[in-house]
Amino acid sequence: MSGTTRLVVVGNGPVSHQFLETLVESGKADQFSITVFGEEPRPAYDRVHLTAWFETRKAESLNMVTEGFYESHSMIVHNDKKVSSIDRANKVVSTDCGTTAEYDVLVLGTGSYPFVPPVPGHDRENCFVYRTIEDLEAITEASKNGKIGAVVGGGLLGLEAAKALHDLGIKTHVVEFAPRLMAVQVDDGGGKLLRKKIEDLGVSVHTGKNTQQIIDGDNTTHKMCFADGEELETDLIVFSAGIRPQDALARQSELDIGERGGIVINNNCQTSDPSIYAIGECALWNGRIFGLIAPGNEMARVAADHILGGAEDKQFLGADMSTKLKLMGVDVASIGDAHANTPGAKCYTFIDEQLEVYKKLVVNEDASKLLGAVLIGDADDYGTLLQYALNGIELPEHPEAMILPSLDGTAAAGLGVDALPEGAQICSCNNVTKGDLCSAIAEGTHTLGDLKACTKAATSCGGCSALVGQVLNAELAKLGLEVNTDLCEHFPYTRQEIYHLVRVGKIKSFKELLEKHGKGHGCDICKPTAASILASCWNDYILEAEHAGLQDTNDRMLANMQKNGTYSIVPRVAGGEITPEKLIVLGEVGKKYNLYTKITGGQRIDLFGATVDQLPVIWKELVDAGFESGHAYGKSLRTVKSCVGSTWCRYGVQDSVGAAIDIENRYKGLRSPHKLKMAVSGCTRECAEAQSKDVGVIATEKGWNLYVCGNGGMKPRHADLFASDIDTETLIKYIDRFLMFYVRTADRLQRTSVWMDNLEGGLEYLQNVIINDSLGIAEELEAEMAHVIGTYQCEWKTTIENEDKVKMFRSFVNSDSGDSNVVFVQERGQIRPATDEERELGKDLIAVA
Amino acid sequence: MTDIFKKEDNMNWTAVCSTNDIPPNAGVCALVDGKQIAIFKIDNAVFALDNFDPFSGANVLSRGIVGSLEGELVVASPIYKQHFALATGRCIEDENESIAAYNVKLDGDTVLIAAEAQAAA
Ligand code: SRM
Ligand SMILES: Cc1cc2nc3c(=O)[nH]c(=O)nc-3n(C[C@H](O)[C@H](O)[C@H](O)COP(=O)(O)OP(=O)(O)OC[C@H]3O[C@@H](n4cnc5c(N)ncnc54)[C@H](O)[C@@H]3O)c2cc1C
Ligand code: SF4
Ligand code: FES
Repeated sequence: MSGTTRLVVVGNGPVSHQFLETLVESGKADQFSITVFGEEPRPAYDRVHLTAWFETRKAESLNMVTEGFYESHSMIVHNDKKVSSIDRANKVVSTDCGTTAEYDVLVLGTGSYPFVPPVPGHDRENCFVYRTIEDLEAITEASKNGKIGAVVGGGLLGLEAAKALHDLGIKTHVVEFAPRLMAVQVDDGGGKLLRKKIEDLGVSVHTGKNTQQIIDGDNTTHKMCFADGEELETDLIVFSAGIRPQDALARQSELDIGERGGIVINNNCQTSDPSIYAIGECALWNGRIFGLIAPGNEMARVAADHILGGAEDKQFLGADMSTKLKLMGVDVASIGDAHANTPGAKCYTFIDEQLEVYKKLVVNEDASKLLGAVLIGDADDYGTLLQYALNGIELPEHPEAMILPSLDGTAAAGLGVDALPEGAQICSCNNVTKGDLCSAIAEGTHTLGDLKACTKAATSCGGCSALVGQVLNAELAKLGLEVNTDLCEHFPYTRQEIYHLVRVGKIKSFKELLEKHGKGHGCDICKPTAASILASCWNDYILEAEHAGLQDTNDRMLANMQKNGTYSIVPRVAGGEITPEKLIVLGEVGKKYNLYTKITGGQRIDLFGATVDQLPVIWKELVDAGFESGHAYGKSLRTVKSCVGSTWCRYGVQDSVGAAIDIENRYKGLRSPHKLKMAVSGCTRECAEAQSKDVGVIATEKGWNLYVCGNGGMKPRHADLFASDIDTETLIKYIDRFLMFYVRTADRLQRTSVWMDNLEGGLEYLQNVIINDSLGIAEELEAEMAHVIGTYQCEWKTTIENEDKVKMFRSFVNSDSGDSNVVFVQERGQIRPATDEERELGKDLIAVA
Repeated sequence: MTDIFKKEDNMNWTAVCSTNDIPPNAGVCALVDGKQIAIFKIDNAVFALDNFDPFSGANVLSRGIVGSLEGELVVASPIYKQHFALATGRCIEDENESIAAYNVKLDGDTVLIAAEAQAAA
């Protein structure tokens, strides 16, 4: 039911959406009948992550609106409708096309628009801005016919746009009016270093350039002519020269407007007309526009509170404009008064040209408080420094120690999270304080993933995730709740530590491991874990006498145990490719042994209902026909799904089947903390569903995109794009390293998705380890993988060739008969286990013994 | 070698296998008087339990992983992972689902089983 107060929202950007979510969360949304107008063709999407559109090229991936959000609160939403006037006297807004809506309360969330300098030629074709999904689509289209691109503006957004052009594979130039890049956030020293880093990536930087006109190029679409007489030839131009508040409506309806634009608001976010609010980038507070999402979200919460009667007495009192980002792979952070404009401010600067790191602290006159900071190349200290600045925490005696590298290996003089007050805002995007985190932890949220889900901390820009992790650890320790990470009562170690002990101590059996590092007899937790680690490290045959008793249910019999104690048989069908001859063999074996057959979700064939004693007999026939174990029973590589790819498909750009087969054969048999699934798609249509796999590969015109840490199953997770347009050799190298690093560091039964969500530093850290070899272990990882690949054996082949091993597959040690308890019935032309009732009735039962 | 039971008199012993037929620290299943009995070998001691897992209704316990929980020797069901004490058949998770334990002894390498359930299991 919708309420009586008519609430109209103009603009459906991220901030308007935050406003609507806040209303809904208050539980009082139903007091209003709500109408939303948005000029764009789709509801609110995540503009902050606009550039991520290139990863999927699908608008849906940026969508911010959960399913049913509008419907369940009876909101009327008009997309693609621009509000063209406000009649304040009659309290009604109307659109170009004549739609009108009356309001009691009006909220303007119209955002801002990109400023395009009015140089002659700025409106030529292939001149773009970088603000909406449509802009990105147009840029992508134009990049197909162009070779050179220029971005006008070397600020935050300009560099982000330049990165996008660079990734589209065109030669990229950045043209900046000021004498340095990111003039707002960084100083000269930082700007210089940033420039070098960006030039190292192959992007050309031109500073101090004043564009005077854009005309026809000699060899390209355009020529940009600069005031100093120089010229630049380019095919497309992206303007990113700043933003201007979108205040046209407010002007037209004569609300107060700032001298240089922006809708004037008070601390309640009300405009000069108290029934009209303005929030986000269109609003001007205290003479300032806030071009970041966090202040916009705060305005949304303040306005919602005020409209609801001010129960929480929230006020907008300005916002911190500190930022941390990764620009073209370079960490950049700026905190507070980065330019030392405060009277009496002093600076400490540290530059390491070797490692290309620049750090600057701005402190007050007596060096007791931090006023600002700039970090380039290494922004790990951002969270700590920001807390010093925001909370006015007393600096240590030698503040310089906070940015100097520690030469003797001791930890840098950081600030423990314990020192932070409860009210310290840890996540500014989502307004989560240390106190919020602490109470969630006290109420039982004990993993990083859950803490993010329940408080929303670290779910927007991600800048705060390291700090959130630190708070979690500190709180767990303090509550005496330090999660016991011991594997089980027999080993006071984590899986990761045991892996290390085995690898470094060259331990070859569970017995040795238990004697050296454990106690008791072991159990069904530590034994399979040890079995898996021993196999990852040394790759012995898993049914060797000393290993057999360690194996979990399915590994023990090299087959998957079913509910009635029988087993299923899954031969490997690499990449899902199978010859008619082999299909016939499977059919004949299934028929001969009366097995239930089914196509699995992993593109292969499962044969069910074999008793223990039948397993070696059946496998002998399969191995003789050229089949291998499919390891469906192991915590190991399952399948590498493929789509048909360029060989047959009219859209395919690479041979996805060939690649899938190669990858499956490379990693088959690898034992890991949990099962591994992979897939290769032949083009961006993604018919192999690679983005739901632990390792997903998608063909591009230039090579492969590699995705990692996806998951189907009970908690699906989309895989993250890990590397783009890489060649096959690089692809394999990265997968080798990735898998071995996972094997080394994951917890027992932790899929790569959960591993990633708990990895401090997340994707970026992983990319550093795997791509940049930041830990210096890449070669080791590759060598370890080479060992596993080199020692592969088909476990079933080894088994049937060894009489002693075959003996392990008898139903009874003292008799050749089978298990009389196993009975089937017929259904749809095949067997299935009989139910209890069917057993009791005793009709039409099929026994195997 | 050890005998782990007290009353040896009037038992009906059946020789079922050699200790070498049982993989170290693991189990096998024997058919004694039509009854499926799981036999486990831990270091040099042997134990015998019902092979029937009451939770899944399948004959599978001989294929479970053996080990210890707080000092007590147990086997974990390979299907839903409940634990049963090797000496008594007590189910650690749910005493109501405890199973029978059988008398077992060694004669040299030969494993002997008495198929009557232990009195006070
Ligand atoms: C046979 C099969 C179902 C089918 O008939 O299609 C199957 C059967 C089983 N799945 Fe599965 N899964 C099968 C494809 C999948 C898929 C689809 C895929 O791989 O593309 C998924 C979702 C993708 C994923 O894992 O990300 C899937 C997600 C699971 C999960 C949930 C994993 C998770 O991370 O949430 C489990 C439970 C677990 O592993 O803890 C599971 C566990 C199992 C087990 C091993 C359960 C068990 O312990 O008995 C079943 C083994 C039956 C057997 O004897 O083979 N199966 N399972 C499929 C075998 C594929 C193959 O050729 O190897
Ligand atoms: C590429 C890019 C990267 C960014 N990265 C970051 C970052 O890392 N961190 C950060 O904090 N911020 C970042 N930002 C800024 C952030 O996206 C903005 O602060 C945020 O989008 C502001 O939200 P908003 O709702 O106020 O305005 P907008 O997102 O501009 O939304 C306003 C909406 O209102 C619509 N509208 C306008 N007028 C009308 C009308 N008359 N009728 C109907 N609809 C109308 C517009 O079409 C638009 O959809 C980035 C922005 C871009 C473009
Ligand atoms: S992913 Fe592309 S190449 Fe593969 S089958 Fe689908 S459309 Fe064809
Ligand atoms: S500060 Fe942006 S997600 Fe927390």
